[in-house]
Parts: sequence; structure tokens; C-alpha cells
Amino acid sequence: MIILGIESSAHTFGVGVVRDEPPHILADVRFVYKPKTGGIHPKEASQYFMSNAPEAVKEALSKAGVKVRDLDGIAVALGPGMGPCLRVGATLARAMASYYGKPLIPVNHALAHVEIGKMLFSFKNPLIVYLSGGNTLIASFSEGRYRIFGETLDISLGNFLDTLARELGIAPPYVVSGLHQIDRCAQNGKNFIELPYVVKGQDVSFSGLLTAALKLYKSSRAELSDICYSAREIAYSAIIEVSERALAHTGNKEVLVVGGVASSPVLRSKFEVMSRLRGVELGIVPPQYAVDNGVMIAWTGLLLLKHGVHVRPEEAYVRQRWKLDQVDVPWLARTNSSGS
Amino acid sequence: MIKSTCPGSPELIALGAEAVLVKACYEGMPSIFKVRVRKPYRDRGLDTMLIRSRSEVEAKILAELRLKGLNVPALYYVDLSEGLIVMEFVEGPLLRDLIYRGSEKALKCLEELGELVASVHDAGVVHGDITTSNVIVGGDGVYLVDFGLAKYSRRLEDLATDIHLFIRSVESTHYSLKEALLRHFMKGYTKVKGRDFTDSLLIKVKEIRMRGRYVEERRVRRGI
Repeated sequence: MIILGIESSAHTFGVGVVRDEPPHILADVRFVYKPKTGGIHPKEASQYFMSNAPEAVKEALSKAGVKVRDLDGIAVALGPGMGPCLRVGATLARAMASYYGKPLIPVNHALAHVEIGKMLFSFKNPLIVYLSGGNTLIASFSEGRYRIFGETLDISLGNFLDTLARELGIAPPYVVSGLHQIDRCAQNGKNFIELPYVVKGQDVSFSGLLTAALKLYKSSRAELSDICYSAREIAYSAIIEVSERALAHTGNKEVLVVGGVASSPVLRSKFEVMSRLRGVELGIVPPQYAVDNGVMIAWTGLLLLKHGVHVRPEEAYVRQRWKLDQVDVPWLARTNSSGS
Repeated sequence: MIKSTCPGSPELIALGAEAVLVKACYEGMPSIFKVRVRKPYRDRGLDTMLIRSRSEVEAKILAELRLKGLNVPALYYVDLSEGLIVMEFVEGPLLRDLIYRGSEKALKCLEELGELVASVHDAGVVHGDITTSNVIVGGDGVYLVDFGLAKYSRRLEDLATDIHLFIRSVESTHYSLKEALLRHFMKGYTKVKGRDFTDSLLIKVKEIRMRGRYVEERRVRRGI
């Protein structure tokens, strides 16, 4: 079975081609929209996607060495994400599916991050820690779906780091040679300053920390590097703490960290220490696949199609707020979350 | 009241996220020794701050709620510099396991829990981590344990967050039974706090839920 997958939920227009036998990944083409200033502008991003979409599909097919007629299905990320961006991928996928008469497979972007990670590490039933620009959540499989055990009560970790960096005047660019500007600025920090550390149950909250850190910066009462260091330590520690709490609660024996923010080497080493202490296996999706890409959409589409999931093109709605816990995961047995 | 024999040797009860729980004898009584351990992944200053402040608040709140006659473990001993709290060992299954086993008692326990949480809120305390695994079904009713994230507050926002977290934990842990479980919990809560207050609380809970990421109900128009 060969599936083509299209990703367009935020800043990446990605087209991937995968098949069910190894090597699974046949093509991985990405066009990444980079805003000159500020964050992602949905309209600008979608225009960039539209002008590059045909090229991306052609390139992916030629790299994979397949023709459209060889495909068994077209998978597309329908959400969550930014509406104008998602619609580019959805429109293209609907057109291809109807023109060539291929099954159209609706893929949840969050589930795709999870499934590509599980494939890379051969994990069976991991606790999911999903850290990206849009998402911060902790999930574990129970009764047919990934259930959300913890999440942010306000902004995501990636959003927190980016906004802090921007307001501190050290970004964009947000990431330089694989290191986020906040991690970079924190390298010279020596003194820990008390700022709000908010963990509620298995939830985190970063908006109070953001406000307090910026207030401190504007008061000029602390070194920039100490502010970066303290804010970063608090934010990362809160993430590790809620992950650890969730592990204690669910009994999962594997932790899978997915999403672009998982690339931080500082956060990675904290996860490594925590996993060793708890005796669980850790998988952090490598940067190449942690960021948005078409391969993860194609791979999840393949799993879905094998379980009979596809829709008519007119039913392929974009769902900007399609949460992970709204998707049935038919390839996992119905189990309780306790134990793995 | 004081049972003076503790058979058996110290026993590791749980390797929690922030503390190690050991069952052992304290002054002749079966007790839980809760030790908050240092986390090597945390900055040392942050670590010290969290261990000390959480141990202090937890001990204070346990003592205070117990003095009000509420079902929480009795406080026996505290050493803040070591992050140690010694408290009563409450014997009984976790509410979570009772529900997993399909026990008929479960719904009644949820109602009792609702009353207990309402009384804790009445005392000016929010628990901060109400889950069915933080409830022990003892011989004389349900006990709320692990006040590690508790704090003093009477703000509606904080009370509502407490309930929001509980609802989410029931939804993720006991998905197929959530309606019945939550109905009984709210019935118990209403018994103590009254209809009007509970209604205003639930409106706040909904507001908090809407603030989350990608909330479907918040969607105003259908995507095309």
C-alpha cells in the first residue's frame, strides 16, 4: 500500500509518500513559510502554500518514483491548525482524490505527530508529551482514543518561548542552529530568580510566567540572561513535572515526546534524567520528524486506510479545533490506561 | 483510636511524581512517610523553593482540615528541611480501582467525595489535583489524600479550576462512566454548597474549559 500525505496546518507545506513495507518513507518534500517579522500570518502563509503546492506534489512523486495511479490513497491533515493554511492542503487533496478516484483519508495532525513517533521508536503504548507551537498536552491511550491527561490552561510552551524571545528583543529568528533563542540567552544565566511556577493537577499555565518575566525585564532589575534562565527552568521543569505525574497516574512504561519544541537539547536532557529515575523508556522524535511534515500525515493515513477510514471529498471539512481526543484509533486494542 | 502495633517492615507504597511514599511505624501507629525528593533535572534553587513551600502548605492544610473534622489523613510530624511529612495511614482501596472493578459502591463514593470537596472548599482550601487515584475509600467514608498542590484560596476561579481538573481526570480515566460519576459528584457538592453557588461555579468551569487550546465548542463558524 502506498499513500501520499499532505500537511499544511501552519508554516509547513509538506508532501510525503510512504508505503507499508520497509523502507516506509519514499519521499519527504517540504516548503516552509518564514515570516520576516512577528509570527505566522495565516493569509500570507496560505498564499505561499498555494504557489508552491503543485511543485511539492510533483517533486514528492518523482522522488518516490511513483505515479499518481500507483497511489492507494490521498491523506490530508484537516486540523487542528490555521484555517486558511489547512484549506490549501484540503482543497488540493479533495481535487486529487476526486480527479483520480482515490480514497481520501482525513488525518488529525496531532495524531500524526504521535504515530510517526511510535513508528520511529517501535513503541507500543507510550505516554504522549506533545510540545509544539500550538500544542502542549499530555495524553495516554484509553478506551479507543488518546485521552488528554494534562494540557496548558492558556498558551503553549512553544508560544511561550517565542513570545518571550520576541518581547525580550532577541527574536526572530526564533531558532538558530537548532537552539531556541531563549535557550541561547539562558546559557549565560547564573542566578535563579523566583517567578510564578504554575502546575495545577497535570495542567500547566505559562501566561503568568510570561507576564512576570516581561515585567521584570522592563523594570531593569535583573540581567537578561538570568531572566531567560529562570523562565526557561520554570517552564521546562513544569513540563517534566506534569509528565512525571502523568506517568505515575497512568503506569505507562514508555514516554514519547513529539512536536517541534521537543528539539531543545536542554529539555531533552531533563527528559532523559526523569526517564532514568522512573525507569521508563524515552523516545524524543528527532528534529527532522518532530517538526511538521507530510510523511507523518501519509503514515497515519496509511494506518487509517488499513482500518477502512476514508471520506467522500465533500465530507472532508477542515476542523481548526480538531482535538486529539476526538479521533478514534482503531489499531490500538481497547485497553485501560493502567499498565501498558 | 491508637492502634499500637504495626506488623511488618517498612513498605514502599508509591513512587509518586514528586514524593516517595513509605508505609512505616511512627510512635506505634501505622503511618505514611512522605518524602519529597530532589529532582536532578531542576535548578537547585527552584528545587529547594518547591520542596519547602509545598511541604509547608501541605502540612498546614492537612492539620487545618483535620481539625475541622474532614476526612483527610491526620498530620503526625513535619521536617521542612528534609521535605518530610509523616501522616496517618488510611487503609482501603483507591476510588479509581473501585471504579475499574465495577463496584456498586462507586457512585455513592462519588457523592461523598462531592460533599468532601465542597467542605474543603468551604474551609478556604483548593486541593489542586483531585483525581480518583487521590481518593481512598476508608472504612468510615472516602478520604481525600495528597495535598501536595493544595493552596489557600476562596476565589471562584481557583475553586472552578479544582472542579475542571477533576472533570478532565474522570473523562480521561473513566470515559465510559463519566456522566454517572460526575452527576453523583455534583449531587454531593450541591448538598453542601447549595444550588445557586454550584450553578455559578459550573458557569466558571465552562469558562475555564473554553480558554483551553482548540476547544470545539468555542468554534463560531464551520470550516469549509
